[in-house]
Amino acid sequence: MQRKVSLFIPCFVDQLLPQVAVDTVKVLRRLGYGVDYPEDQTCCGQPAFNTGYWDEARPCAEHFVRVFKHADAVVCPSGSCATMVRTFYADLLASSSLREDALALASRTFELSEFLVKVAAVTQVGATFPHTVTYHASCHGLRELKLRDEPLQLLRQVNGLTLIEMVRSEECCGFGGTFAAKFPDISGAMGNSKAENVAATGAEFVTAIDPSCLLHLEGILGKRQAPTRTIHLASILAHESRTNEAQKDESLPQERP
Amino acid sequence: MSTAAQRFLQDAAVKSADLMHREVIRRGMDSYDAAHLKGRARIKDWEAARQKCQEIKREAINHLDRYLLQFEEKVIARGGHVYWAANSEEACSYVKNLAARFGVRTVVKSKSMVTEEIHLSPALEQAGIKVWETDLGEFIVQLRNEPPYHIVTPAMHLNRGQIAQLFREKLDPAIASDDPRDLMAVARRKLREAFFAAEMGISGANFLVADAGVIAISTNEGNGRLCTSLPRIHVVVTGIEKVIPRLEDLAVLWPVLATSGTGQGITTYGTLIGGPRRAGEVDGAEEFHVVLVDNGRSQLLADAEQREVLHCIRCGACLNICPVFRHVGGHTYGTTYPGPIGSVLTPHLNSIKEFKHLSYASSLCGACTSVCPVKINLHHHLLQNRRNATEAGATKSSERMMFRAWRSAMLHPRIYALGGWSMRKALRILYGLGLAGSILDPMRVWNRYRSPVPLPSESFRAIWRKDRKQDRRKNLGAN
Repeated sequence: MQRKVSLFIPCFVDQLLPQVAVDTVKVLRRLGYGVDYPEDQTCCGQPAFNTGYWDEARPCAEHFVRVFKHADAVVCPSGSCATMVRTFYADLLASSSLREDALALASRTFELSEFLVKVAAVTQVGATFPHTVTYHASCHGLRELKLRDEPLQLLRQVNGLTLIEMVRSEECCGFGGTFAAKFPDISGAMGNSKAENVAATGAEFVTAIDPSCLLHLEGILGKRQAPTRTIHLASILAHESRTNEAQKDESLPQERP
Repeated sequence: MSTAAQRFLQDAAVKSADLMHREVIRRGMDSYDAAHLKGRARIKDWEAARQKCQEIKREAINHLDRYLLQFEEKVIARGGHVYWAANSEEACSYVKNLAARFGVRTVVKSKSMVTEEIHLSPALEQAGIKVWETDLGEFIVQLRNEPPYHIVTPAMHLNRGQIAQLFREKLDPAIASDDPRDLMAVARRKLREAFFAAEMGISGANFLVADAGVIAISTNEGNGRLCTSLPRIHVVVTGIEKVIPRLEDLAVLWPVLATSGTGQGITTYGTLIGGPRRAGEVDGAEEFHVVLVDNGRSQLLADAEQREVLHCIRCGACLNICPVFRHVGGHTYGTTYPGPIGSVLTPHLNSIKEFKHLSYASSLCGACTSVCPVKINLHHHLLQNRRNATEAGATKSSERMMFRAWRSAMLHPRIYALGGWSMRKALRILYGLGLAGSILDPMRVWNRYRSPVPLPSESFRAIWRKDRKQDRRKNLGAN
C-alpha cells in the first residue's frame, strides 16, 4: 500500500512561491509517497496569532484542524508554519472544542526535512545540485522544532553540492512576520547583516527550510544586487542532473535582471 | 502610538543604520560569545545546571512569601532592618529619610539595576546628597549623564578613546593615555576619595538567601566590598524576586550567573552579608538596612501564566544574543531593563499601553529563550504580552479591522484564492508602471529595504488543480 501524506502549503508559498510547493511534491513522490493537497486549506493563523489577535487567529486554526483532521501525516515546507500547528495550537486552541483534534494533528505534522530524516528515515533523496550552497538556520525550525542537523544531513547527501558554512548561521535573518512591517528599519538592518554573512561565504546559493526567511533575504540580496541567490531546501532536493550541460538550467533561479 | 513607541521607532532607525555603533557592539559581543561558550564548556552538564537553576527559582517564586519572611526574621535577629517598599516612591523616601537621619552627605553605590529602576540617585541628589557610582562602567555612564546601556556592562557602547576623552573633560585635563589600565587608575584614585568620604554605601543583591538570612553579591572590581564595609551605613536595595531558599543553592546559581553574565567560572568577589558589624568584628557597617522593592512584581506574581518572568537573575545573556539588541543597542529601548527580558518585563512594571511596542519589537527568533540560564520562555511571553495588549484594546483599531477582514477571507478558501490572485495581478500592473515603492504601492514598506516580491501568474493551488484536471502529473514529478 502506498504511504500517503497531506501537503500543508503556507498561504504565502501558495501565492508567491509556488515552485517551493511544486518541488516539495516532486521530492515526496520521488520517494514513493502519495501526495494529497487539501484544497480548502488557507492560512494556519500565524500572522494574527503573532500580532496578538488570538480571537481572529482561532477560527483560522479551527478551520485548519477541520481540513487536515483525517490526514495520516501532514508535511509542510516551512519550519515556522509547522511550528504554529505543532507548538502554538495547544495555546491558541486551549479552550476550543477542537482542542483534542488539534493536539493529535500537531503530533502528525512535520516540517519537510524533519519528515524526510525522522519519519521517512531518508537522507539520500537522489538529488543532484552541482553548486556551492550556504545554509541559514531558520529560527522556528531550529529552536521550536529543534531541527539543527536534519536539513544539513539532507544537503550533505546531494550529489555535487558543496556546503560552505556561514558565520552566525543561527542568527535570525530579521523577517519575523509582522515584525518586518512594524519595524522595517530593524528588520532591514538585520537582513543586511545576514546578507553580509552570506556574501562572505562566496556561495552561489543560500538555502533554508523556511520560505519566509528566503523571501525576505531574496529581497534584501536583490536590493544589494548581490550575486548570491536564495533557494528553498525543497528545490535543491527536487533538482536532478541536467541532461545537457551546455543548456541553461531553467529550473533554477535565474540571474537578477 | 505612545510617545515611548515613537521615540523607540526613531532611535531604532538611527541606531540600526549606525555602522560604527554596530561595529563597537559586535566586537563586544564577539568577545562575550567566545567567553560564554568557553565558560559553558567548563560546566559538566550545562542543561542540567539550567534545569536546576529553574527549579530553585521556581520554588522560591512559588513560595515567595515564606522565604522573604524567613530572610527578614534572620536579618532582624542580627540587628539589621528590613523595609518593604510597595513602589519606587516608598523605597526612595525610606533611603532619603535614613540619609537625613544620619546626616549623610556622600553616598557610594555598587552596581544595582533596581536603584536605576526606582531612580534612587536623582532622588538623593535632589536632597543635596552627592552620589558616586563605583562600578567602573556605571561610573563612566554617570559621568556622561546616561543610563546604563546594558544591565551587566553599562558602558559597552563606548570605546577607550571616548572614555579617555570623557575623563579628560570631567576628571583631569592632563590625561594623555587611552590605555585602559591608565584610565582605570584615574578612576580608582577618584573613587578612593569617595569611598573614604561616604557615610552611606548602597548596594543591590544578586540573591537573598532565605535560610541563612544573608544577601549575596557578585562583583569583579572589589567596589562592592568597599561600598558595603567602609561607610557607617549599608543599604541594600533589591527586588523581592531575588530570594532563594538555601545557601547551598548558590553552589549552582553563582557559577551559572557568572558564566551567563561574562563567561567567567565564578565572579571575582562573592560576598555574603547578613547584618551590621557585631561586637568584636573588625569591619562592616554599623547600620544594615534592606529595602525590599515590589514595584509591580507582586502583580506579576499573581499572573500564573507569566510568573516565571520573576525567575530572572539579571545575567544579561538574553541581551547579548538578541539580534534586535545587537542592532538597536541598549539605550534605544528607553527602559531600565533593555533587551528581551526588558521587553517582557517593562509592560508589567510600567504600563502595557505605553510599552507594548517592545513586545512587538522582536522577530520571535527565540535565541533569548535558548540561552536563559533559568529557562524563562522569553519569546512566548512576548506573544502573551501581545495578546494581552490586543485584549486590553491597546492596539490600533485599523489593525483590528484588518485582521477581522483577513479572518473572513481565510475562512472562505475561494475568497482567499481570489484575494491572492487580485493582489498579485494588481501589483504586477503597478510594478509594470514603475510604481514600486511609490505611495500607491501597498508593499512600499517592504520595498524600502528589499526588491519586490515575486508575483507568479499562478498560485500553487491553480497549478495543482490544472495538473489534476489534465491528469498530466509529470509537471509535479509523478512517474
